[in-house]
Amino acid sequence: MTDQQYTISIAGENSLIVYFADKPTPTIAAHIAQTAQQLRDSIAQVLIDLVPSYGSLLVIYNPLQTDHYAVRAAIRQTLSNLTAHNRQTEGSLVSLPVYYGVEAGPDLQALADRAGLTTEQVISIHQQTEYRVYAIGFAPGFAYLGEVDPRIATPRLATPRPKVPRGAVAIADRQTAVYPAQSPGGWNLIGLCPKRMFDPHATPNMPIQVGDRVRFTAIDKQQFLDLGGEL
Amino acid sequence: MSGLRVLQPGILSLPQDSGRFGMHGIGLTTGGPLDCNAFRWANRLCGNDQSVSVIEVTIGGLILESLVKTTIALTGAKIPLMINKKPVALWQTHGVNPGDRIELGFATAGSRGYLAVAGGFAIAPIFNSASTVHRESLGGLCQDGSQLQAGQLLPCHQLKKHLLDHRIPPHLVPDYTGNSALLRVVLGYQQNAFTSLQKQLFFTSHYKVSASSDRMGYRLEGANIAPSIDGILSEGICMGAIQVPADGQPIILLNDRQTIGGYPKLGSVFSLDIGALAQLVPGGIVNFETISMDQAHNLLALYEHKFNSTQLQLVAK
Repeated sequence: MTDQQYTISIAGENSLIVYFADKPTPTIAAHIAQTAQQLRDSIAQVLIDLVPSYGSLLVIYNPLQTDHYAVRAAIRQTLSNLTAHNRQTEGSLVSLPVYYGVEAGPDLQALADRAGLTTEQVISIHQQTEYRVYAIGFAPGFAYLGEVDPRIATPRLATPRPKVPRGAVAIADRQTAVYPAQSPGGWNLIGLCPKRMFDPHATPNMPIQVGDRVRFTAIDKQQFLDLGGEL
Repeated sequence: MSGLRVLQPGILSLPQDSGRFGMHGIGLTTGGPLDCNAFRWANRLCGNDQSVSVIEVTIGGLILESLVKTTIALTGAKIPLMINKKPVALWQTHGVNPGDRIELGFATAGSRGYLAVAGGFAIAPIFNSASTVHRESLGGLCQDGSQLQAGQLLPCHQLKKHLLDHRIPPHLVPDYTGNSALLRVVLGYQQNAFTSLQKQLFFTSHYKVSASSDRMGYRLEGANIAPSIDGILSEGICMGAIQVPADGQPIILLNDRQTIGGYPKLGSVFSLDIGALAQLVPGGIVNFETISMDQAHNLLALYEHKFNSTQLQLVAK
């Protein structure tokens, strides 16, 4: 990774954080996913957990078994191997069905009005982009997808909703996501996805992982219900 | 399996094992005991592996009826413990028999107690852990993140005979009186976004624990140390991270923290001090001092050595 600037900082007594970039790009996302994958093997014995995100990777280790010098060295080794042996990985392409519309997405009309578009145009633009899974977190199974076309990028609601339903497809600035469970939330809701994004009793628990690519595909109400969706 | 019947659940009683690890990739936090030292001693007293489930009792009020012959221990906050109405010591094992009533009063110093039983509570894990995380609807007796309810059975094994009564050496019992804590901090993350004046202010001020503190994080009130940046690209948050939102009031993120977030962070509280923080009740006073990574690692190794080499003391009947 000679063309790439990265820094390794202390996060806590058992954690280092690797900063790859201050802006997310598909290349950076691929590098982060790849680094995480390699560290899972190379420091498996001392690794406690990893948190990949937009431009960084948090590496949590067991400080009774190693120290930050050794973990830093392992990270540097992994980063240099990325240039030497690996090409950018593309991740899997996952298609997620969405029942778009004002019935399923209570903010669709307001979002369209604000953007000076029709709801049909918003729905079409949302489907045109191939999104990258930049991060999973905050809550179980919540995947941050980017980047949303600037024409339909919309700030969060001034007042978050106390209840956003499971499966809600939403936009916040240039990010989009599917709510994995009913929760409070301030993102703009434009539709519903019948696919479970997080199921503690399923294998795998999530249909996507960091580094994957996602496309949304419109379905109608009947298809949504047939796929197990609930209104 | 038989066990201990919950007669009264108390204010907030949660099954916790050492925590849920390796699951940050799908957004799961760690959970686990807020006061790890007290948790570990509770298990050690009962002759348990260090990772088995105990009940973390916040403030108190838990009442159980034993349906089995077993041995229990309560560590952590100073919560009056009675067996069949007779007050008994904390940080010490006690034999109980079928029909015995185990009653926890309310904390007079500290806020988190740890009730362990010989062999641990047999709670089925989800994502490799029984730890209860309410925010994620995961873990605990029903695996759905709920706290204990009256009528539930806490499963545990029957012993043929009680363990000998043991206590930990009295000088190792933490003193939670005073409702204050000095927390050591490893600087890191966005520490450069804070001016040296702000850092000085942070390390010389008294902060007060806010009433809106919980297992997710402890919010502090005091000197304003707003950093030069509003936010960052969301990134991984480790245990004890000191997050400073735009209002300049620090939040220390604990066991049930969100796994990623976009507020600037000054560094992280040293893990061996997190228990002392979590024992504070709202209004408690917090001060900070820095330590280096190397000091932190040395202190951890020393703690581990002392924990493992300490002999429990036999209590004469």
